[in-house]
Amino acid sequence: MAMPAALAGLRALDLTDEKGLSSARILADYGVDVIKIEPPKGSKARNVGPFYHNVPDVNKSFHWMYYCANERGITLDIEKKEGQAILGKLVKSADFVFESFQPGYLDKLGIGYKWMEKIKPDTILTSITPFGQDGPYKDYKASDLVCWSMGGYTWMVGDEDRPPVQITFPQAYLHASAEAAAASLLGHYHRLITGEGQHIDLSIQACVVRDLMNAPLFWELSHVVLKRSGPYRVGLTIGAKQRLHWKCKDGYVTYLMMGGAIGRRDNKALTDFMIEKDACPDFLKEVDWKNFNMAGTSQEFIDKVDAAREAFFLRFTKQELYQEAIKRHMTIYPVATVEDIAKDKQLEAREFWEVVDAPETGSMKYPGALARLSETPCVKRERAPHIGEHNQEIYTELGYSESAIKAFKQAGVI
Amino acid sequence: MSKQSFAGLKVLDMSWIIAGPWLVKYLADAGADVIKIESTHHPDSVRTSPPFKDNVVNLETSAYFVNYHCNKSSFSLNMNHPSGKGIEILKKLIKWADILVENFTPGQMEKWGLGYEAVKELKPDIIMVRMSQLGQTGPLSNMPGTGNQLVSLSGFTHLTGYPDRDPSNLYGGFTDTGSARLTTVALLAALCYRMRTGKGQLIDASQYESGGAHFLAPIIMGYMENGDIPVRNGNKCSRAAPHNTYRCKGEERWCAIAVFEDEEWKGLCRAMGNPSLANDPKYATLESRKKSEEELDVLVNRWTSMFTREEVVEKLQREGVPSGIVNDARDLYDDPQLKHRGFFWEVDHPIVGKNRYESLPFKFSNSPFKLRRPSPMMGENNEYICTQILGISEEEFIELLSDGVFE
Repeated sequence: MAMPAALAGLRALDLTDEKGLSSARILADYGVDVIKIEPPKGSKARNVGPFYHNVPDVNKSFHWMYYCANERGITLDIEKKEGQAILGKLVKSADFVFESFQPGYLDKLGIGYKWMEKIKPDTILTSITPFGQDGPYKDYKASDLVCWSMGGYTWMVGDEDRPPVQITFPQAYLHASAEAAAASLLGHYHRLITGEGQHIDLSIQACVVRDLMNAPLFWELSHVVLKRSGPYRVGLTIGAKQRLHWKCKDGYVTYLMMGGAIGRRDNKALTDFMIEKDACPDFLKEVDWKNFNMAGTSQEFIDKVDAAREAFFLRFTKQELYQEAIKRHMTIYPVATVEDIAKDKQLEAREFWEVVDAPETGSMKYPGALARLSETPCVKRERAPHIGEHNQEIYTELGYSESAIKAFKQAGVI
Repeated sequence: MSKQSFAGLKVLDMSWIIAGPWLVKYLADAGADVIKIESTHHPDSVRTSPPFKDNVVNLETSAYFVNYHCNKSSFSLNMNHPSGKGIEILKKLIKWADILVENFTPGQMEKWGLGYEAVKELKPDIIMVRMSQLGQTGPLSNMPGTGNQLVSLSGFTHLTGYPDRDPSNLYGGFTDTGSARLTTVALLAALCYRMRTGKGQLIDASQYESGGAHFLAPIIMGYMENGDIPVRNGNKCSRAAPHNTYRCKGEERWCAIAVFEDEEWKGLCRAMGNPSLANDPKYATLESRKKSEEELDVLVNRWTSMFTREEVVEKLQREGVPSGIVNDARDLYDDPQLKHRGFFWEVDHPIVGKNRYESLPFKFSNSPFKLRRPSPMMGENNEYICTQILGISEEEFIELLSDGVFE
């Protein structure tokens, strides 16, 4: 017997572009019926690569395929009156709406939250925008890099002598979309308890600030502005930095000298490893790791330890070091490429990859369930929709006749 | 403010460091009753992580800890107490709880005899969230580690920095935050299911899978189908140029500029006071701009460095060019937009003092979120929890206390 989905029976409308693209889809994994609503010419997010065989094609963007999997897709021109009437019917049928337009755009069309609330009083509208619905920057033009920068993350990353950088595969929109999915369900639980609906106003910039963890607090508490530091880790001690990423024979590994219980075990294990390979300087052999206090450690001591370890790691490949770490139960990890991830034994053993079939590409492997639920596992993924693929199906469900649908098509409404 | 709709929801929080406490924070801020289980023998390492009040390091001085534990109460309990009384009390709390959250290295809960099956026996409809690094199963499930290392195993580190340099530090546990967001979705889905059916369940959330692979999925698929292995590449973006951070007037002052569309390029030229540059065929299309990207960066840098960040951004926004200040930590507290949203809320903590901390990045029109209390001292709520929730008598409580069960 098929197991039930946790959120079966709920429906979400997804009007988002690239900024919120994966938000509703995350709910789809738990059984929500997500209807992706695109403009008649298709969503611009379809143009975000990489593409299958590196040939741009609106149906073959991996970005689209993965982040819109498990959704049904329709086209609808919400700027036209007839389109808005159809949207009204959809809103009435839905439990969630996601959008990422410029603040005020929907209101200007007369189809903002107030309008939706009238149609469906307990609707939950989640708006995902760079800076939020209101405030001095609400109309600012942004991008993933701009959100990442204004949220303070860019400042923290990169080499000291070069401009600060984002992650080469940008993350602000993706993290904000995950936060939006969580926020919508917080709103849903609130609705189940109180009956109230919700307009959720999410700021991508503010989401990015939360990714910084304790970095802002260094200013607030100590008037220290932490700064990008190349491969070194700052923010674990009162003022020192230590190497985090280490060159090895064929790439890099990550090892962080820590204090506390983890540090006691790790530093001891690494020192033993170095002793066995006859590569441990005397001063390191004598360190009392049991009573090691990371927060108060001096830069001079860290530099000495780092130098010894730098030379040591260079003697091995990243896999050799990872295997030693596994054997010794310590935390040296490879700086993995996508190839390493695709071939990772742990993911394979957990049967993480999910096979999804699509006519234009044949079957492909996707990253699998985001969590494993014993009673209500995530639903098996279906491929992402083509432009207007489910127009017929969904407009018929809404009660429109064959001829009405044809007329909408001719008028450019769908 | 609306009703704190999560009030009455009972959460037993055995999690530590970032991912677990982050997830539980949503529930605590919305009104849930959260009991954090701690121990002075093995304190949450965030309790001893900076920044500290006046740089004094002890269990009560970390602002980092305050950041994630407001609206929660603390119960210190020695689960390894030889009398077995620590475990006995914990079992009572499991019976009390609707939700149990833990992110130990797998095997730790089992050592205490509290794997899912045992927990379920105590409380059949409990939702148990287990969010370890690499998941509960598989050959490497019991590998130790934190987000500091997992960001590398997950592929982010390789993609951060410049191609001719060592990869850059991503500042901490980027996988913690992604996985906490997605595991919150899983938990709330399970909670809604429980309301509907009365059934609890086990959630096995691997931070490697949810904090990593989900956020890099398109390029992992790109490797599987096309064989491509992307490498860190500064701020370069295949769909935009110029696309970088640029130096502005002052020391270490930067702005970000991202030009995707030709219209935005024209806007940039106007902002730079050089509208005719837009007609130069050398830069007219994205393709040509990508070819001359280095040269363009020099050109843009020359312009931005003549002005303050604020001036540059104002000029660019007026012309419709995506741009913004590269905020540092201090700037965030002064950022007019974050201020307008009231993003930082002030927490008055008896030891750490009055400081501004992150609230939540979304605003609800009917908000259940509220700051009720600062983060607790280690074991602050022991007596209340024992006597008021668990029905332990005052005498017995004092006996347990002197036996060291609450250490």
